[in-house]
Amino acid sequence: MSAPSRAAAEWHQRAWRGLLTGVMALFLVNVGLIIAAVATSSFARRWLGTWLPDGWTVSWYAEAWKEFQLLHVLWVTVEVVFAVVFLSLLLGVPAAYTLARREFAGKRALMLLFLLPLMVPPFTYGIPLATVLYQAHVGGTIWGVILANLIPTVPFVILVMTPFIEQIDINLESAARVFGANTTRVFRYVLVPLLAPGILAASLLVLVRTIAMFELTFLTAGADSQTLVVALYYAVFAAGVRAPQSVDAMAMIYMAVTLVWLLIALRFVDPTQLVSRVKEHPRAA
Amino acid sequence: MNGAPALADVAGSARRVPFDRVLLLVWPAAIFMLALFVYPFLYGLWLSFQTKEGGALANYVHFFTTDNLYPTIWITLKLALPATLINVGLSLPIAYRLRRKSRFQRWVTTLLVVPITLGTVLVAEGMLIYFGPKGWLSQFVQLLHLYDAPIRLTHNFWGVLISLVVSGFPFTFLLILSYITGIDPVLARAASTLGAGPREQFTQIYLPLLAPGLAICFCLAFVQAFSVFPSAVLLGSPAGPTRVISIAAYEAAFEQYDYALASAIAMIMGAVQLVIVVAVLGLRKAFYRGPVVGGKG
Repeated sequence: MSAPSRAAAEWHQRAWRGLLTGVMALFLVNVGLIIAAVATSSFARRWLGTWLPDGWTVSWYAEAWKEFQLLHVLWVTVEVVFAVVFLSLLLGVPAAYTLARREFAGKRALMLLFLLPLMVPPFTYGIPLATVLYQAHVGGTIWGVILANLIPTVPFVILVMTPFIEQIDINLESAARVFGANTTRVFRYVLVPLLAPGILAASLLVLVRTIAMFELTFLTAGADSQTLVVALYYAVFAAGVRAPQSVDAMAMIYMAVTLVWLLIALRFVDPTQLVSRVKEHPRAA
Repeated sequence: MNGAPALADVAGSARRVPFDRVLLLVWPAAIFMLALFVYPFLYGLWLSFQTKEGGALANYVHFFTTDNLYPTIWITLKLALPATLINVGLSLPIAYRLRRKSRFQRWVTTLLVVPITLGTVLVAEGMLIYFGPKGWLSQFVQLLHLYDAPIRLTHNFWGVLISLVVSGFPFTFLLILSYITGIDPVLARAASTLGAGPREQFTQIYLPLLAPGLAICFCLAFVQAFSVFPSAVLLGSPAGPTRVISIAAYEAAFEQYDYALASAIAMIMGAVQLVIVVAVLGLRKAFYRGPVVGGKG
């Protein structure tokens, strides 16, 4: 290769890398500014067409708290989220155990059953689901919201937990069984303590996803069973009825709740786990 | 793989195998999914053929002959396909660039999780302020005299498209990054000792191995974008250019209480998604034949 063409290739490569970094930086800066705009507006006394508001105030938060009945909404959110985390673990972990340890007829069909709800977007199955729930008179209640939110989270727990369980040496279980432990005791004294990190990761991921789950909650919640994100949607939807700063104050409260849990979750999980369901497990090593 | 059934056969011929009670543990979850995922779907399918007048297909006929219903398919495709192409097209080179573990990679992935976690409703509210006619972007553009007329990026097609990129790009990026980091870098190093530059490494090693993952990522990103709802309402003009199919389904169910028509629209929505998914997976097979998973071990 001659010297000038090599220099050209190098320049090419550097320009390409610069372009990619630029696109990424542009994206992140704009997302940051979108969030900063909400924050600025929520503290603004008045903000009309200037770079920064005329004056600052925190009174919108008190107003939003009262106007949108945020105490009630937050309480519903807590109830829904913790019920969903608890029930999805209760249903998902034993199922993951069977899938990790046993080969049986129909296992592939079962895996498909657990994969589909993660592939099909919530709005597509949410409409028929809401129809069924309303006919069973659970639609519009907090139980309807919890049941609907379990549909994507139970399979999610199964898919996160299965590789965790596969990593545990089966001899530990056999040893416990030799000493007379039944399945319940094996779970209680051997598996659950060993699985604690996996269960923690799964429950944090379910928690963060449920706080932000809009579609299913929106389709199944009644006036008394809205979670924070659905209440926020209605507030933005009815913009113009109330001061925009008040809606933004509510958005900030939602953001604070979500980000606190996200920060806690990121201490224990890899960010890519929020989108791809299963971590590449280090079994090959 | 098939060691267990063979073992069961041997044991079964000798004497009756005692029932494996561990298998019972999978039933609660399986019954739950059957009752709340499969049954509603089948019920919706059945309901969509129930009509007060006309034949069994009356709801579908109604959809495809009503002026504010059938165009929603095209409107949604016009939003979802460009958004997915932009997201996958941007994610692939950037994720490839960041494939090696570094502090920068860690920072970028952590920052990108934030818009995913916050969700579309909050991003929509932020975009209404930031991209609005008096928002920071418009002020900045006018300060630099790049474009002097007022820019309109909210309450139209562009608002929804941008929101699909803002919430979709982090998803595709993180997914593709996890696929790329799953490919053994030893393969690329081997290629480089044979004189392959970064571009050859990409086209000859990474791209063929990534093809299955890319196809799945495209499908997942597309079906998400195709069922766009909150941002189409909040950032678009839900009566006109961004009246997407999920808005039509929602209105049928919760404003007209016509659950049969709503179920029919949901089935059509699922069918269009299925068609695109099958087409993408078919295209992948047509372009690339080879081991689906390679380079491990």
